[in-house]
Amino acid sequence: MEDPLGVATVATASPVWEREELLNGCQAVAQGVRLADVDVIAAYPIRPYTEVMDALSKIIADGQLDAEYIIADSEHSQFEIVKHASSVGARAFGGSSGTGWMFGFEALVVAATDRLPTLFIVGNRALDDPGAFGVEHNDAMALRDMGWLLCWAATAQEALEHVLIGYRIAEDKRVLMPMALAMDGAFLTHSQHMLKVPAKEAVSRFLPAYDLGDRRLHPDNPVSIAPQVNEDWVMELRRQNWEAARRAKGVIAEAYEEFNTIFGERYPSPYFDEFMTDDAETVLLGLGAVCMPARTAVRRLREQGKKVGYINLRWFRPFPTQELRASLGRFKSVGVIDRNFAHGSPDCGGIVFQDVRSCLYPLAKRPAMVDFIGGLGGRDLSIADCIRMYDITAKAARDGAPEECVTWIGLRE
Amino acid sequence: MSPKLPVIDFEKIKKVHDAPLEEFYTSGHRTCQGCESALVMRDFAKASGPRTVATGATGCMYVANTSYLTTPWIIPWMHTQLGAGGSSAIGMAAGLRALMRKGKIKKEKINVINFSGDLGGGDMGLSGISGALQSDYDLLIIMYDNESAANTDIQATGLTTYGAQTTFTPPGSKHRIMHRRWKKNVAAMLAVGHPTCRYVATASATFPALDFMNKTRKALAIGGPTFIHTFDPCPKGWDFHPAYSRELGELGIKSGIFPLYEIIDGQVVYTYDARRKGRIPVRHYLEKQGRFAHLIDEDVDYIQKQVDVMWNEWEVPGVAPFKAGLQVAAR
Repeated sequence: MEDPLGVATVATASPVWEREELLNGCQAVAQGVRLADVDVIAAYPIRPYTEVMDALSKIIADGQLDAEYIIADSEHSQFEIVKHASSVGARAFGGSSGTGWMFGFEALVVAATDRLPTLFIVGNRALDDPGAFGVEHNDAMALRDMGWLLCWAATAQEALEHVLIGYRIAEDKRVLMPMALAMDGAFLTHSQHMLKVPAKEAVSRFLPAYDLGDRRLHPDNPVSIAPQVNEDWVMELRRQNWEAARRAKGVIAEAYEEFNTIFGERYPSPYFDEFMTDDAETVLLGLGAVCMPARTAVRRLREQGKKVGYINLRWFRPFPTQELRASLGRFKSVGVIDRNFAHGSPDCGGIVFQDVRSCLYPLAKRPAMVDFIGGLGGRDLSIADCIRMYDITAKAARDGAPEECVTWIGLRE
Repeated sequence: MSPKLPVIDFEKIKKVHDAPLEEFYTSGHRTCQGCESALVMRDFAKASGPRTVATGATGCMYVANTSYLTTPWIIPWMHTQLGAGGSSAIGMAAGLRALMRKGKIKKEKINVINFSGDLGGGDMGLSGISGALQSDYDLLIIMYDNESAANTDIQATGLTTYGAQTTFTPPGSKHRIMHRRWKKNVAAMLAVGHPTCRYVATASATFPALDFMNKTRKALAIGGPTFIHTFDPCPKGWDFHPAYSRELGELGIKSGIFPLYEIIDGQVVYTYDARRKGRIPVRHYLEKQGRFAHLIDEDVDYIQKQVDVMWNEWEVPGVAPFKAGLQVAAR
């Protein structure tokens, strides 16, 4: 069955898909958690991620998932509950947004250093003060140096599927790292999409049972976990954590390959999607839901004969250094859309810009690079905004990157 | 009708010689001479036995106990963050319950215990412990209270005795007393706020003998979330010779400054009833500790007065600071 856009769809009767359903991003994640047969869920409310937990409590109330559901007294407790449930061998799930994410941050740091493969959803939200419900990526980005797997979903379908993909990668014995799945507040958490919900049987083929092995805290396995090490061992432990991230690269490739085998060719590349880049000279690169207006802008500019394309970066940690270097080296100019801000960083740009520019530095022939700070606090990034960003980036292809390489988009000045 | 205490089915240790010989907290730690908190560790592990999982919040019983590759723990143990005592216990209990219910591990009783110090349990982690005591999981939180942040070089906490010298509260030429907070009443606060929590107790590792081990067993046997607050004289932080740790604990209890009791299903049972047995002057307890050396008579009198109020005026003496019940007329 083909849909009018030429995108392959799967018949609802297909054994790998159970049904089609209109779900928003939060509800989609909750379906992923149900299908992953999670054992322990800890909840604490903060917009916009909260609806994930609303949906899960109803799923449990209706008997569709057998899990402990704990309403914690704070995000710190919530994350610690998830971490310690994972330590006794239970598959555990948590999440948060914005300032709540930061409140529990200490617990997130130790989840990584304890090498516990929990999965957290981040409904991206601007940090206080002043209060703002809208999306901004600084909350999840704060994890980037902490030994986590960190990826962004661009659609609700991807969000659901990355709960399954995330647990599989995180729990792999070669990895054992916690996984943060980020999705844009409102634009993704609360916008509805028609989703294909995987069948349980297909999921069980894809996602093996969680087995922490000889690190499981249980009377039959009386280990001591995380004793004080001081200067004697910290460097080696940090390096072990990094080696796990390096091994994760291979595990990520395997996981997507297996996912594609079971569910159809959904992900040509794990780390990023390229849209109309084959002959492109100028591309924009962004994370999350901004891919929607950006792709539409690409189509419109293509109608005018402009050689533009879009790159939707999915994985931020581990960073796809080699893959991105090989891809972006083909273009004359690259513009990065940062829905975050790295205060005081080189050129005062965004976090993604800093990493991408650093990644491309060793290339003999580097594209001209510009950065866009936009969409902060949930401000819309429109198709017109994207077209403006393409214009600025295309100009950098002709004239080279300007000295002021960072542009704030949609700012009242 | 006089209320009856519930029958708690637990294996009581009647004599010192009946205590289990097997140790589950053994060599490998580097706690100080005369450390009562280390004794709390040894005793709870002995009382709970091998089918136990424990977390220890950051504190001296983390830093001094568990150096990498030399753990003293025979039972499975894991570090948890300073304020995560309660949530770590919930996490373990929830994980074990789900795995047993779903048939992923064998169904059995596994004791879930967290120990947190006074800084971790009584200050930072109070909210998390409150959350744990509201839950329906079988778990025990032990707050080992040596009245200071002991592994960071003795700083005052919310549970440090009024007037004590610590590195945050040194006596000076202008201010003799820098620590002017009255000790936080954590056990009673938790009992009052969590009416479905069936067992809250205070204890000392050594006085009366075996009391703490039996309280540990009662807490684990009664079911649901439970809490024990232990009173641990600390030679380093309180400035006394390590030989006198046990004696200091006894003096603290006999002076009434640290009341010893259980609250079982909402009923208070005094382990040492200072009203019936009498109280020794609090001076006898204070004068043996260097941390109170700067106090003058007026300060000691103030502390004595506060302790007298606790026992003479509180509605539940030594436990709950309500006075005069419903007899005060509304204006």
